[in-house]
Amino acid sequence: MIIIEPHIGQLLTEDAVNTFPDECCGFLFGREETDGTRIIIDILVVDNSKEGDKTRRFEISPADYMVAEQHALDHDWALLGVYHSHPNHPAIPSEHDRKAAQPYFSYLIVSVLNNEIITMRSWLLNEEQQFEEEKILDYQFS
Amino acid sequence: MATVIIPTPLRKFTNNTARLQVSAGTVHDTVQELTLNFPDLKKHLLDEGGNIRTYVNIFVGNDDIRDLQREHTAVKEDTVISIVPAIAGGSPSPTPFTKEELARYNRHIIIPGFGMEAQQKLKAAKVLVIGSGGLGSPVLLYLAAAGIGTIGIVDFDVVDDSNLQRQVLFGVNEIGKPKVEAARRRLESLNPYINIRIYNTHLNSQNALDIIRDYDVIADGTDNFPTRYLVNDASVLLGKPNVYASIFQFEGQVSVFNYRDAEGNPGPNYRDLYPTPPPPGLVPSCAEGGVLGVLPGIIGSLQALEVIKVITGVGETLSGRFYIFDALNFESKTFNIKRRIVNPLNGNNPTITGLIDYEQFCGMRAVEESPLKEITAKELYAMQVNGEKFQLIDVREPHEYDIVNIGAELIPLATVAANADRIDTDKKVVVHCKMGGRSAKAIHELEEKFGFKNLYNLKGGILAYIDEVQPELTKY
Repeated sequence: MIIIEPHIGQLLTEDAVNTFPDECCGFLFGREETDGTRIIIDILVVDNSKEGDKTRRFEISPADYMVAEQHALDHDWALLGVYHSHPNHPAIPSEHDRKAAQPYFSYLIVSVLNNEIITMRSWLLNEEQQFEEEKILDYQFS
Repeated sequence: MATVIIPTPLRKFTNNTARLQVSAGTVHDTVQELTLNFPDLKKHLLDEGGNIRTYVNIFVGNDDIRDLQREHTAVKEDTVISIVPAIAGGSPSPTPFTKEELARYNRHIIIPGFGMEAQQKLKAAKVLVIGSGGLGSPVLLYLAAAGIGTIGIVDFDVVDDSNLQRQVLFGVNEIGKPKVEAARRRLESLNPYINIRIYNTHLNSQNALDIIRDYDVIADGTDNFPTRYLVNDASVLLGKPNVYASIFQFEGQVSVFNYRDAEGNPGPNYRDLYPTPPPPGLVPSCAEGGVLGVLPGIIGSLQALEVIKVITGVGETLSGRFYIFDALNFESKTFNIKRRIVNPLNGNNPTITGLIDYEQFCGMRAVEESPLKEITAKELYAMQVNGEKFQLIDVREPHEYDIVNIGAELIPLATVAANADRIDTDKKVVVHCKMGGRSAKAIHELEEKFGFKNLYNLKGGILAYIDEVQPELTKY
């Protein structure tokens, strides 16, 4: 289960819409409860460093990755995952997402259709290197 | 001891330790030591061959070891080594290619700078080709062969024997059949992996927006001004790039109109180049003026090329430029063209916000102001058979007269005014040309300048007469 605070949801939405039709990307920070529930407290927006078609691919530079790890240390948060957008595609991980995915990280995908947010869904790799959906809990009802 | 910083995702394999101390040596030694102490790390850091995985980056200080001595990079006592997972991904490919498609498009996919990415864009693209004649033939053949996923074809015409001199899409078996249906059969046999949609209709102000709306790119291969302005205006109103080509006798033109650059700014369109159409009749169509058969093959191929570039984003399109090819002298020129602030579609004060009456805009309706008296081929034949007294005048050129004539007096259009005294004023005079256009002009000129009231235009010209009365004569 993953909880996204409303103002974080707002920041994700803005990044996805502003970057459309390219894919946006960034990091998710927060804490993990003992029952495994993740609470996202902050995000770090980074550049999509993919060379070529950014409408269907994203890439985060190693330098940005190291900044993200440091950002987590500085605030005593956990680096819990990565978000990116799927312009004009559903919020379901693609084969590209799966191949490059890291264990432990939440992969939050924002589906943007013609400049409007359609859905947000989050995914986690299981032991078989397959994605399993991680339920997003609406903050107001938690 | 040197320090290794373990990235968050891999810490569950290192007992949640972020920083580990390792002995000095090389990066290779460090990785060996890590995987020995934490065996679960191994499959994440190394591939089956024991090499560092391509999606794992190792940094020594701030430098990627790929920029240093790779695995042999030295690790000193104070070195900080960071393991940085590559973070990447993307949305699903539009639709994956089948094995057969990959084989079919291999020669595209292996071009550096084109590749799978461009081929996927072609497959995802929807292109509307307006006109399936001289230009449409090569455009459709090459676009279908290239693997454009969806191709729409608009044409109202049927295949005629005189088309086959240049319209290489068709063969003798298709004569008399609707062009769009013949085209679909040919293209489906060329490439079974694409969708063809056909519109057996005149494109007009009522249907143009609905047809064009569904497509990403428009290829205009029409042969007349009203349709050309219609296609241009509809493309601009709907924000679609319009790849334009036209041909006449020995000359061809190509450009890309209304193409949006990376910043989203539209390029010039047809109205920036030609604000108003030429007077009706000044520029004849291919059917009237003729065209060298290979020319549409050359120009249509260039048009197909630009369509592919617009879709894939590979190379520089002809947007903002206008290309002219002169086949006689084998000369080509490329002019720069710009948007104009007075463009009524997207200038500073747009006045056209919907489609208009393009026949009227191009002056075609003006002909109706002084109604033209017409007779049909059958009526002419009846007059001939009944021995009625009348004069028959042919306003075509002498070389056309030599190909076929029906016994008329030859007075070419350019010379009718000078020869007005040869035309009877006291009995019926029937004027004809090849299809009825030039004879109508001759009649208007004679009526205006000399006040003739006894002139009749042969509807459909000598071609209609051959079809309806004397099919054994030569058509051209």
